[in-house]
Amino acid sequence: METLLKTPTGIGGLDEITNGGFPKGRPVLICGSAGCGKTLFAAQFLVKGITDYNEPGVFMSFEETAKDLTQNFESLGFDFEKLKAEKKLQIDHVHIERSEIEETGEYDLEGIFIRLNYAIDSIGAKRVVLDTIESLFSGMQNMALLRSEIRRLFTWLKEKGVTTVITGERGENSLTRQGLEEYVSDCVILLDFRVIEQIATRRLRIVKFRGSTHGTNEYPFLIGENGISVLPVTSLMLDYKSPTEIISTGLPGLDNLFSTGGIYRASSTLITGNAGTSKTILASHFAMSSCKRNEPTLFFSFEESPEQLVRNMATIGIDFEQAIKSKLLHIQASRPSLQGLELHLMVLNKLLDELKPRTVIIDPISSLITIGNTNEVRAMLVRLMDTLKKKQINALFTSLTYDGQSEYNNSTVDAVSSLADTWIDLKNEARNNERARSLLIVKSRGMGHSNNQHDFLITGKGFQFTSSNKK
Amino acid sequence: MAKEEKWELRLYIAGQTPNSVLALKNITKYCENHLEGKYTIEVIDLLKNPQLAEGDQIFAIPTLVRKVPVPLRKIIGDLSNEEKVLVGLNIRPVKL
Repeated sequence: METLLKTPTGIGGLDEITNGGFPKGRPVLICGSAGCGKTLFAAQFLVKGITDYNEPGVFMSFEETAKDLTQNFESLGFDFEKLKAEKKLQIDHVHIERSEIEETGEYDLEGIFIRLNYAIDSIGAKRVVLDTIESLFSGMQNMALLRSEIRRLFTWLKEKGVTTVITGERGENSLTRQGLEEYVSDCVILLDFRVIEQIATRRLRIVKFRGSTHGTNEYPFLIGENGISVLPVTSLMLDYKSPTEIISTGLPGLDNLFSTGGIYRASSTLITGNAGTSKTILASHFAMSSCKRNEPTLFFSFEESPEQLVRNMATIGIDFEQAIKSKLLHIQASRPSLQGLELHLMVLNKLLDELKPRTVIIDPISSLITIGNTNEVRAMLVRLMDTLKKKQINALFTSLTYDGQSEYNNSTVDAVSSLADTWIDLKNEARNNERARSLLIVKSRGMGHSNNQHDFLITGKGFQFTSSNKK
Repeated sequence: MAKEEKWELRLYIAGQTPNSVLALKNITKYCENHLEGKYTIEVIDLLKNPQLAEGDQIFAIPTLVRKVPVPLRKIIGDLSNEEKVLVGLNIRPVKL
């Protein structure tokens, strides 16, 4: 049996979801409402096809002129002029001016076929974009003819062996206004743009993909500086490397509670605790230990401004200021609700690329829960942890918990704790008229660890265990 | 005044398809009847010259384009409805 050949989409993350890309030599329908990113999607498919896979492409636009398209995508680094000059790209703008056209008698759309054929053959195109062919419907009267011609066009494109992306406007009761999905039976992708509780998110779903397995979820996608990237909720494989190197948590007393004398490099650590249990302090020690190893460190603060964090940590002997000056530490502070979840992730990804940190701290991860529903946050956290694991970054998350049953509390802890390699819980208790702080290692994968509650104090030198914790 | 009027028409076809042949026959007939001596019809076969399709924004075959007098007008189809063609081209019929 012949297996279905795939063509890489050029859209980050989509090849993963589609198990290798679009069906080679077949039409793909991208539908969605206005402003959801259809044209960009199509343009990226074409441009990446040229630059990354050496497949020339034809952009047939029924809406925007070649000049507009060129301008629009300039900001994303898509250089249409250059690709055109290199004979890798052809742009053909099909402009139908209703007011200057009369129809009388029989005709067909051979003109479009001829133009496409000419454009494809002149550069040996392997990819074609039709954006948006439905515009024809407003320019013509004979709907029956138009439909049969569109059907003929798709068949022809298939015979021509080009992979075609067709965009279509979302209809009220159907995927596209003119029911294009009837004609494109191989692969249909739906883009969606919604605003939930004032936060905008974009999503992508593969509605159908004949002859291929594919992810069936709705996947968030981003339009960033480099175009569209889709974020698979979970990467399909658990295939990251697991180093055996041990690093310090920043506290010798804590390191000694692990049989290995520290935690694994590139592992993820979760610190939970009520308000005022010194989560941020523990996280700060961890950050400093990373800086001491001369490793770039990224500290995401969702509650304190960088200045405040620096000031507060200075009072317990943690010198963030020096670390920032030596460019080892970068504190990124923002309100969780300032951006949608995906944007947070994007900012993080961008910083990961720019700063190439070896350690990332997110304090606290629980504030992200205020900006999305539980499933979304969970999905995002999984993606986040995957990304960090893949990049071999030491990760530390703090999470605020409350006494008693709380919906908020459980969902983040549930989401992260099962994924985290090490889980440390901090407690504040009243004992003998005194507030006693204690630490418990709930779990730590791949190593033995202490099962006791260890009391500690916060002093002018930071975190100090009351017992010596020596091995 | 009317004598100075000159009509430049262009008919786009794609090979000798029935629609194209019929369109050429029709427009020639109408012109002979109503524009005798003051018209030219240029036939462009896009199968031979596909690069010419973009310039006049041709998408349907056959398409008749009135280049002169301006403004540009297009009539798509086999031109079987004489009245529509004449109205579309803004030609005053000669009363026979």
